[in-house]
Amino acid sequence: MESDHSRPTAAFYDVDGTLIRTNVVHAYAYYAVNTPEITRRLTKTAGLLASLPFYWMADKFDRRLFNETFYKNYAGYSEDRLVLLGEEVFDKVIRPNIFEGAFSLVERSKRQGHKQILVTGALDVVTKPLADYLGCDDFVANRLQMKDGVATGLLEKPMIAGPTKALWVRRYAKEHGYDLDGSFAYADSGSDVPLLSVVGHPCAVNPDFKMRTTARAYDWPVLELA
Amino acid sequence: MSDASKSFQPVRILHEDSPALYLHHGEDFVTHKFPAGTRVIYANPPMKPIDNRGAAIRYALNHPEGDAKPLFARLRPGMKVTIAIDDISVPLPPMKTPDIRQEILEIILQMLTDHGVEDVEMIIALALHRRMTDAEIRRMVGPDIFREYHPDRLYNMDAEDEENMVILGETDHGEEVQIVRRAAESDLLIYVNVNYVPMNGGFKSIGTGLAGYQGIRHHHNPKTILASDSYMDPEKSALYSSNERMGRFINDKLDVFHIETALNNKMYDDTLNFLARPEEDWSGADELKFRSMKWTLDALPRPAKRALFHKVPADYGLIGVFAGPTEAVHEKTLEKCWQQHAVEIDGQSDVVVYGIPFESPYNVNSIMNPLLVRVMALGYFFNMYRGKPLIKKGGTLIITHPCYDDFDPEHHPSYIEFFNRLLPQTRCSKTLGKWEEEFAHNPNYVELFRRGNAYHGVHPFYMWYWAENGQHHVGRVIVVGAENEHVPARLGWETADSIDEAIEMSRDTHGPDPSISVMHHPPFVIADVK
Repeated sequence: MESDHSRPTAAFYDVDGTLIRTNVVHAYAYYAVNTPEITRRLTKTAGLLASLPFYWMADKFDRRLFNETFYKNYAGYSEDRLVLLGEEVFDKVIRPNIFEGAFSLVERSKRQGHKQILVTGALDVVTKPLADYLGCDDFVANRLQMKDGVATGLLEKPMIAGPTKALWVRRYAKEHGYDLDGSFAYADSGSDVPLLSVVGHPCAVNPDFKMRTTARAYDWPVLELA
Repeated sequence: MSDASKSFQPVRILHEDSPALYLHHGEDFVTHKFPAGTRVIYANPPMKPIDNRGAAIRYALNHPEGDAKPLFARLRPGMKVTIAIDDISVPLPPMKTPDIRQEILEIILQMLTDHGVEDVEMIIALALHRRMTDAEIRRMVGPDIFREYHPDRLYNMDAEDEENMVILGETDHGEEVQIVRRAAESDLLIYVNVNYVPMNGGFKSIGTGLAGYQGIRHHHNPKTILASDSYMDPEKSALYSSNERMGRFINDKLDVFHIETALNNKMYDDTLNFLARPEEDWSGADELKFRSMKWTLDALPRPAKRALFHKVPADYGLIGVFAGPTEAVHEKTLEKCWQQHAVEIDGQSDVVVYGIPFESPYNVNSIMNPLLVRVMALGYFFNMYRGKPLIKKGGTLIITHPCYDDFDPEHHPSYIEFFNRLLPQTRCSKTLGKWEEEFAHNPNYVELFRRGNAYHGVHPFYMWYWAENGQHHVGRVIVVGAENEHVPARLGWETADSIDEAIEMSRDTHGPDPSISVMHHPPFVIADVK
């Protein structure tokens, strides 16, 4: 395998747990407690707390199942409110939780001429401010399906999670002429092994057990940014 | 040396009745009966150590070399002092505690306190080596200093911390002189060195030890390495010359006080000391001890053997401590080093044999991966000479090592890519050099170097360059006891099942009666070839 220096290269980053110590549940919690009507707020917050064990299990075993189930919580939010709250979630929840090492990793990668691209199962309204803040060139994130300006609780296809991240990266690279052998990818979760498998320079970041054992088996570098 | 030591003959010629020799074979030993006429070169016995180390250190600080002022006379209240310390790569293996660095630091720190110097920081001069772990630092400086100074005033340097590395200027050869900012901005820079072989110390300590990639690349490159006759012989080393230019430049700009120590070669304690002596001098008890040790090692799995070996510290003794200006100090240290390590040898050999042990300067508490095996064979051991190499130009080098395809992903992540991605394409240093910058600036490797315990991304290139002289000099390298074919093949080496077979192979090149020398290290020997 040898990279083709004539083609551009990219660094693809998973976000939750990789660049930031928070995750989509934290973001939703922020939405939940900021729901205007007190009754709805209490219902949503209590519902979230009650569902946490289920989400944890679903996330461990099937990221797609987790996403499909979890995003139902957003049913009923208006589009403009989601965008507004997205900025707030970034300011209050995400920005303080960016790993210190993430800045220098992204900065050094940029300096090497790699395009910086976030690939995340989080929502686009939350991801965009982060991508802007880190100076990323592009991102792909999940988008809530909207009907008459209100979220249905379903995600637009294709849902970004696990293997579909790898598929998306392949397609994206093909469309933009990126050299995947010379590209980098960073992720923390075992569900993102496919994402790391499509580039020439995979790197496990703050890995969970499954990712760590895979990284060890394939001699991928293991980085602790936390 | 004692009378017994003086009468010791480090060079032995084997005869028909000579016993088999043992050689290191990674984490194991192999034994072999060499043909009569084989020349075996052993290390000199350890020189008598200084009993009162503290007194010797104080004397050196108070009576520096040349016309330099003693350390105490350089101190004034309120000044800013930085102490740079050699890292875990010396000595090898790590010495029994208290480490000599601890003893020196305890005395210096007390002296600084007595003179009202409070702004003191200690920096481990890693250059591009891996960060030492807290436990390793604690072992090196002792629990009291560790507790009081770590991590705020005793820490690993970070050569990739752009804000805290500075370029002091350029030498007249256009080499950028890079150094840790704290050292550059101090009123006094004290360097505490451990000299184990002549390659250590001198201008290299600060010129390389406190530099990053931007500075080091000026001398750690194929061109400079090829222009260095022996790394152990500073007078003939372009590498040392470059370090000297940088060191002089630094000394002109900063106030530097150098402390060097020379150690003897007592690698083993009294129980195992027979391993350093010629096999023909072993007693029956020694023979029995060796057999039982070999039997035990043969029965253990490799990780267990590795862990065991890395837990055995060396019993090194202090044979000299000198302080003051870099050059004058290093001259004295080298004198002691040569006295301990140099063995006069009459003429070169067609075939040279040595065993590769489990440890190199770059895998303390880690794995001796294939690139490190190569650098031990063709870098360190090949360069253990003064005058001319022990092996003739175009000669055959026979080494013993399993050559396992095993890497430590925490310490040597970039080695893995180098070995598996670059080496299948080329073994040419100049061609490999085109990837050097890519590895040096690879963000993964930079972050692993800064936050983990990884060697710098560029380090495998340096390992490859280090072996260039040896590679160009020898005709062929034959590995005995390799457990696979692909590692030796990727390194460009041949394989043999036994030393007899390897010697037989060498006859194709050197005729039916090649001259054979066995370098019986460790303990390390420097061949002073006449």
